[in-house]
Amino acid sequence: MKRLGDSVLLVIGILAAWQVLFWIAGDIALTSPAATAAHLWKLLGTARFWENAAETARAFGLAVTISIVGGIALGVMLGLNRTSGVVSEPILIALYSLPKVTLYPLVLLCFGLGMSAKVAFGAMHGLIPVTIFTMKAIMQIKPVLWRTAHAMRLNVRQTALTIALPAVLPEVVAGARLGFSLTLLGVLIGEMFASQRGLGFMIMSAMGLGDIATIMAVAVFLSVVAIAANAVLLWIDRAIPR
Amino acid sequence: MNRRVFSREGWIRLGVIAAFVIAFEAFCRAGFIPRTVVLPPSDMAVSLWHILQTGEYNKDILSTLRNVAASAVLSVTFGFALGVILHALPRMRATLEPLLASYYAVPTFMFYPVFIVMFGVGSGAIIAIAVLLSVVAMIASTLTGLDRIPRVLRKTAAIYRMGTAKRAVLIDFPAAAPYLFTGIKLAFAYAFIGVIASEFILSGQGIGYAIAYAYNNFDNRNMYGLMLLVILLATAANTALDTIDRRMQSRMRRQ
Repeated sequence: MKRLGDSVLLVIGILAAWQVLFWIAGDIALTSPAATAAHLWKLLGTARFWENAAETARAFGLAVTISIVGGIALGVMLGLNRTSGVVSEPILIALYSLPKVTLYPLVLLCFGLGMSAKVAFGAMHGLIPVTIFTMKAIMQIKPVLWRTAHAMRLNVRQTALTIALPAVLPEVVAGARLGFSLTLLGVLIGEMFASQRGLGFMIMSAMGLGDIATIMAVAVFLSVVAIAANAVLLWIDRAIPR
Repeated sequence: MNRRVFSREGWIRLGVIAAFVIAFEAFCRAGFIPRTVVLPPSDMAVSLWHILQTGEYNKDILSTLRNVAASAVLSVTFGFALGVILHALPRMRATLEPLLASYYAVPTFMFYPVFIVMFGVGSGAIIAIAVLLSVVAMIASTLTGLDRIPRVLRKTAAIYRMGTAKRAVLIDFPAAAPYLFTGIKLAFAYAFIGVIASEFILSGQGIGYAIAYAYNNFDNRNMYGLMLLVILLATAANTALDTIDRRMQSRMRRQ
């Protein structure tokens, strides 16, 4: 209950800070909370908004599936062997901290404009953190667990399902949470440059028109959706027994 | 440093990277990947050498480095200060905790256009978005560092009858330093990503802008040269910071 009160307090604080910023900066730079909410409500009533949102959701759904399934598979493969884990970790970390926007032209030249480029770009952002988290979790499983599996004569499938997976689940969920946010960012940035559809494109075209109300409304909509999704994943994260 | 790099794993790592580059080169040279899509790595290196030698992009490179440095310094300073303040106010911290936990879920870049309208196209908006992206990592690291100061050190400070200022300098700061350094490392990485990405989206100069410009003009040679420059810069800086970070962490574990 106290946590809920804190959250309400936080939202009120953010809205107040936004309103004050609006008073200082004026309505050329940003719209007030009330005006943004009104504009967003109007946008939510248009078919065009939902077409763009559906396009983004489709690209994001594909990209996040590739990131999480691919990341876990790669992480397990690299983590099961100590040498491959130690060898690949610095490479993965270097790839993770690379500004991937610079590679965007490369993605476009390989995949062409449109859906596949967006999905590839989103997956590029999300795949690596999921891989890193899974790999580190597998590498840090206590040796006694492997010995237990051996003593009980479990086969590979049983070991994976009853020993390895439960042991690494918390880290994998944490990695998936990070992968989820980064994939969303990747897909949106992809849409900003190389798409004729999607919420990222909507922001980019509003930027060209100087339509600050639409930029704010879409950005706030995305933030709320992202925070809600993150809250669900956080809740799952905390609900896992460890 | 040398001992670490040339361990068995280090050699294998070097081999893996070399094999990847050679395979890439071979694929390009054999014509499996057309030159209009990707240049062979050797050509990228030649182009980068040319770029650095003629100095035609020096202004952009300097502008990017300046913005990254400014953003990183601002984030580290403000992040540290805010972290210390929040640590001292537990009630405030509890209220802000959900914000810190879900901050990186928000696609911050979507607010870049707002900053452009506010500050105009230029360093102001770029630094603002880069700071927004990196400051929270520093705040979180500062809070973790202050939380993890062993109680025994505080008791030691009490036994020596240290004042708050003296304790902060002699006990708290050194004890939290490894975590603070992790924060600096993250702040730098995020600042780099933030600056390059904002330059790419909309700006008048910088490496990100130069890459976007070259891309729009089908100037593959310069584009891949600059891309290689970004990859090398980011990897070198992050590897150096990461090495120092690991050393500090392992020293802490030995204590």
